[in-house]
Amino acid sequence: MARAAVLGRLTWQFGTLAEIVRETPRVSSLFFDVPEWPGHLAGQHVDVRLTADDGYQAERSYSIASAPTDKRLALTVERLDDGEVSPYLVGELRAGDRLELRGPIGGYFVWRGDEDRPLLLIGGGSGIVPLMSMLRHRARIASKTPARLLFSSRALADVIYREELERLGAAGDGLGVVHTLTREKPAGWTGYTRRIDEAMLRETAWPSEDSPAVFVCGPTPFVEAAASLLVAMGHDARSIKTERFGATGG
Amino acid sequence: MGFVSRGFRGKRRDTASSSRVPPGQYVVTDFPVLSAGPTPRVNLDQWTFSIEGEIDEPRRWTWKEFQALPTETVTKDIHCVTKWSKLDTSWKGVSVDTLMEGVETAAEFATIFSDGGYTTNVPLEDITGNKAWVVYEFDGQPLHPEHGGPVRFLVPHLYFWKSAKWVRGIRLEKDEHPGFWESNGYNMYGDPWREQRYWGD
Repeated sequence: MARAAVLGRLTWQFGTLAEIVRETPRVSSLFFDVPEWPGHLAGQHVDVRLTADDGYQAERSYSIASAPTDKRLALTVERLDDGEVSPYLVGELRAGDRLELRGPIGGYFVWRGDEDRPLLLIGGGSGIVPLMSMLRHRARIASKTPARLLFSSRALADVIYREELERLGAAGDGLGVVHTLTREKPAGWTGYTRRIDEAMLRETAWPSEDSPAVFVCGPTPFVEAAASLLVAMGHDARSIKTERFGATGG
Repeated sequence: MGFVSRGFRGKRRDTASSSRVPPGQYVVTDFPVLSAGPTPRVNLDQWTFSIEGEIDEPRRWTWKEFQALPTETVTKDIHCVTKWSKLDTSWKGVSVDTLMEGVETAAEFATIFSDGGYTTNVPLEDITGNKAWVVYEFDGQPLHPEHGGPVRFLVPHLYFWKSAKWVRGIRLEKDEHPGFWESNGYNMYGDPWREQRYWGD
């Protein structure tokens, strides 16, 4: 149960940045060594706290991108131009720097990999991050649970984890990866080029009769649209787990 | 001197409002949406609000009856556990004191329950005594479904997950039963000023 991973007091601890991987022009993955990390479930998040030299502090939450069994804790962060924390994480923080964090947090938007029913993941933009933790977890435990990812990005250059998703989708282990681009149609592109709609979900998602476990994460309008469509298509509202983030924050 | 994040300066708050912002929070001007599942579509013809549990005669109002109750308009600061705070939010609805008028109960706790199965637990003394409302207008407009409309709970002195969206009633209880987020790692009480976000805080 999620309880096992979140029980007890969540204390602030240090992670040391080991590696930065640029995913897109605005998005980077940060890999931390966290000696006291208690472990997490795919889909959970952490709180991050920054402290200025006069004691001023800022806190934000970020989804965990790494699988529970990965050696390092990965956060994938989109830089928001008017943000307070994300421009620091993506831009200022360097390998060897320490970051205060605590977690894991959240016991609901999680996929443990112990269910038989198919997995349906629908992500918009950086909403892919907790879903990526689930897909990495699925790969690490060699799960054969049928899974589909429908991933909406603005343009090809904005597709986070593009190569890794290509590899995972080509592994022949029951994962299908479908992309849609909402603001670009590159030459030779075989994915969709529009916002998520019912026709797209009918073509790509598991039908409601298959009772998939559904996880939707992205900006609020994206999540509202996808979740409402799924309910209208007959999916059980209780099987649809959502995480939303607004334009503010960062 | 404690730990300093190398190179971090941050965006400073204006001093006028900083005393109103609990630790770890930052002020937003928009209204972020957070929900664990799809937004329920609520039919007001079938909507009722109930007080049940430790009460001799459970109370129930239809939407029409509920609208006829005396209203209050309150302006409150709200604080979400995901770190945003929104100042001076204006709500119109019915005080829980009005709904509880004349109720005799041995209950010390309450579970607020909603369409879609969401629940949250609060001590009864935290929702009586001019501390909580059942609201259906935000900023002079009918409450939008994304923000809990048609009707949501409002208990602004606790983290905002306690202000249940799509609320349908209050269950009075002798013992405290953890609600939805309280069963999923979040604090049983949730005082923003003591930064009671998670279990053990």
